[in-house]
Amino acid sequence: MTVLTNALRELAGLFIDDGALALVIIAVVVLTGVVATLLPEVPLVAGGILLFGCLAALLSSVATAN
Amino acid sequence: MIANWGLIWPAMTAAFLASLVEAVEALTIVLAVATVRGWRPAGLGALAGLLVLALTVVALGPLLDHVPLHLLQLVIGVLLLLFGMRWLRKAILRAAGVIPLHDEALTFAAETEELREQARRNEARLDWLAAITTFKAVLLEGLEVVFIVIALGSGRGMLIPASVGAVVACLAVAAVGLIVHRPLARVPENTLKFAVGIMLSAFGVFWTGEGLGVAWPGGDLAIVGFAAMFLAVSGAAVLLTRRPKAELLS
Repeated sequence: MTVLTNALRELAGLFIDDGALALVIIAVVVLTGVVATLLPEVPLVAGGILLFGCLAALLSSVATAN
Repeated sequence: MIANWGLIWPAMTAAFLASLVEAVEALTIVLAVATVRGWRPAGLGALAGLLVLALTVVALGPLLDHVPLHLLQLVIGVLLLLFGMRWLRKAILRAAGVIPLHDEALTFAAETEELREQARRNEARLDWLAAITTFKAVLLEGLEVVFIVIALGSGRGMLIPASVGAVVACLAVAAVGLIVHRPLARVPENTLKFAVGIMLSAFGVFWTGEGLGVAWPGGDLAIVGFAAMFLAVSGAAVLLTRRPKAELLS
């Protein structure tokens, strides 16, 4: 059981290092999905939220770590 | 065809560079085990790791064909964002001197010391422990390579170029490692992680957007634009967070 738990923890660690950054990325993706659903005629608005949201999340995470 | 090459080269290069980093990390552990306990347990553990990895790919690979394309793009895109931005964040912090650079020579020394300590505690089980160590290293680093290949390759039928990039990198590292018998400490790992983090994050934004129904201007070539933006923001982040050398030394 411990071996399995450790293996799962290591697998999760491949994707999640800073939990806050992972949460913000997921939140940006969810927001993008909502906007893409509500405004399907202007998909670039959703695209812009995704791109600039991720860039802002990265900057914010680095600034916090500093 | 131009659009295809616009996707083939970034996918192949990103898979090659990312696999280079993972292979160097796995090689360091295998060499440490081989130095302390010899090549037999190190090699057996590594081969077992490769075998489990191959079986995993053979067993799970065909399932990808049954996943709807938009769902696959979305899941892969989100995982790429998590994976790529995690690498990029760490590479920025290392380049800025906020956290120390990854040092293969130090990792090698720490791993050999730990194995020697285990030898003092329990000599009888050590070959088994040594084999488990290389098995785990090869399997975990290999899973990262497999994920990167699938993530870069599955969205637009680029599995072959991405696989070629990854296989060439792994074979090159294995060959150099077998010849020099030393950890490849001179590989500029942080620079590679910085570059790969940028490419994976750019692919992540692209696939996530495609999965959510966003039609990117320029099609596949939008990835290059995203990479340029991640590069600019990451470069700015390094400059803004860079620690003075005096502070680093103290």
